[in-house]
Amino acid sequence: MEQKSLFSVISPIMVGPSSSHTAGAVRLGLMARNIYKNDFKNVKFILYNSFATTGFGHGTDKGLLAGVLGYSVDDPIIKEIFDRVSDVTYSYDYVEDISRHPNSVDITFDNKMTISGDSVGAGEIRINCINGFSVNIDGSYDTLLLMYKDRPGMISTVSDIIQKQKVNIASLHCDRSSKGGVASMYLALDIPVGDDVVEKVKQIKDVFFVTNIRKLK
Amino acid sequence: MTILSFLELENRCETEKKSIYEVAQDEEASLSGDIVDVIRLRVLEDLLAMKDAIKNGLASKEKSISGWCGDDCAKLVKKYSSKPALFGRIFEKITTYALATVEENLRMGRIVACPTAGSCGIVPSVIVAVSEELNVPENQQINGLLTAGLVGLIVSNKVQLAGAVAGCQAECGVASAMAAAALVQMLGGDTSQILNAAALALKNILGLTCDPVCGLVEVPCVKRNPFLAVYSVTAAELAMCGVESKIPIDEIVDTLKITGQLMSPLLKETSLGGLAKTKTALELEKKLFKKK
Repeated sequence: MEQKSLFSVISPIMVGPSSSHTAGAVRLGLMARNIYKNDFKNVKFILYNSFATTGFGHGTDKGLLAGVLGYSVDDPIIKEIFDRVSDVTYSYDYVEDISRHPNSVDITFDNKMTISGDSVGAGEIRINCINGFSVNIDGSYDTLLLMYKDRPGMISTVSDIIQKQKVNIASLHCDRSSKGGVASMYLALDIPVGDDVVEKVKQIKDVFFVTNIRKLK
Repeated sequence: MTILSFLELENRCETEKKSIYEVAQDEEASLSGDIVDVIRLRVLEDLLAMKDAIKNGLASKEKSISGWCGDDCAKLVKKYSSKPALFGRIFEKITTYALATVEENLRMGRIVACPTAGSCGIVPSVIVAVSEELNVPENQQINGLLTAGLVGLIVSNKVQLAGAVAGCQAECGVASAMAAAALVQMLGGDTSQILNAAALALKNILGLTCDPVCGLVEVPCVKRNPFLAVYSVTAAELAMCGVESKIPIDEIVDTLKITGQLMSPLLKETSLGGLAKTKTALELEKKLFKKK
């Protein structure tokens, strides 16, 4: 069992009114920004279920937008974010879908990448899907995420590169669509790795996507 | 080592001859790899943010997005400036500060979730009001907040502090136990008195549902904060007089969890029952969606 911090109970310092619907929304936006990492001109949000029905009164729309623009959960700008944005276009859709978590969102950047996540309570979040691939990233670790064609030896090749950097792997998860099909791997790291590592992993045969995701503050 | 029960905490305090706040800061230091001074600085940062929220809340009458709440704190300030409250200055400050904080929260101001945003007014109002009136030094306020934090943390190891999981007993209810513990710590009570204060608070709030109108952190959440802040003082006072909870706090926490499981989902943050389904709530809902 992972030990929880005292500051999970007497924090975060945040802009209200809801840890799940406001702070959680900002953190989902921040995490999506960390994953996409590129500048963007347009961002689309699909809000599901409770995010869709009560998001308006909780500033969920403002929180998500502030997050993808890089503002932290306690930034007073969140309240006025609609007046502060000029160079990015944004839109919201509201959907009822009981197969999804009650506080769930899809965030799409420039029609290129869609990141889905849930706000699971007390400001904690979970990214569970990136462009259709399932992941489980909660933002508490620097994470290396890669997608590749499933084949033997991939784990040892990747971990070998990371081990040479003297970085400890806190946890490692793999998933695949089918034997020999599309697979994903994400490694939670005790310290972040540099872009050189990302480049090295990209060079591995059968790897077609790599990203280095910084943890949330 | 994770402290999983209050019994473990009590034993630890006894064998190491430490207060709860000392165990709290030691534990947090070993978890984070920081020294105790750094932990205390982080707690101070939370404490100062709480005081800022009170200050900002006292200065504003701005309503929430819904337009339902945001101007009640000002009514207390106005009344108490000319006519004192029956229970005296500490009561005035606790109720006023609790409303100030929680109103600041709903107008998208900066607050400290403690343990949640919806219950953010309870712990700060008690710590700050009592400290101002009794001249409690900052160092002891930090000790109080550390004590509150560890009490909340041990509860949260057993039950998730979310209305959707266990109703409001797990949010405002736990906040009142945290506030009671903080208060006894600041008043110089011992470990047993602190844990009895938390136990008495938690025990008498079992079964509190979470039925917010339209799912917003407003009705009844806002006014519940001053109510439970004052309530926590009752628990602290009784414990300081030597009153003990017949049921040990660990068993009360287990009961809170089971009560949460027994509670109908209609009363756990779904807004499908309770106050959220009253005639007036449905009318408010209709008006709100027109506004949207």
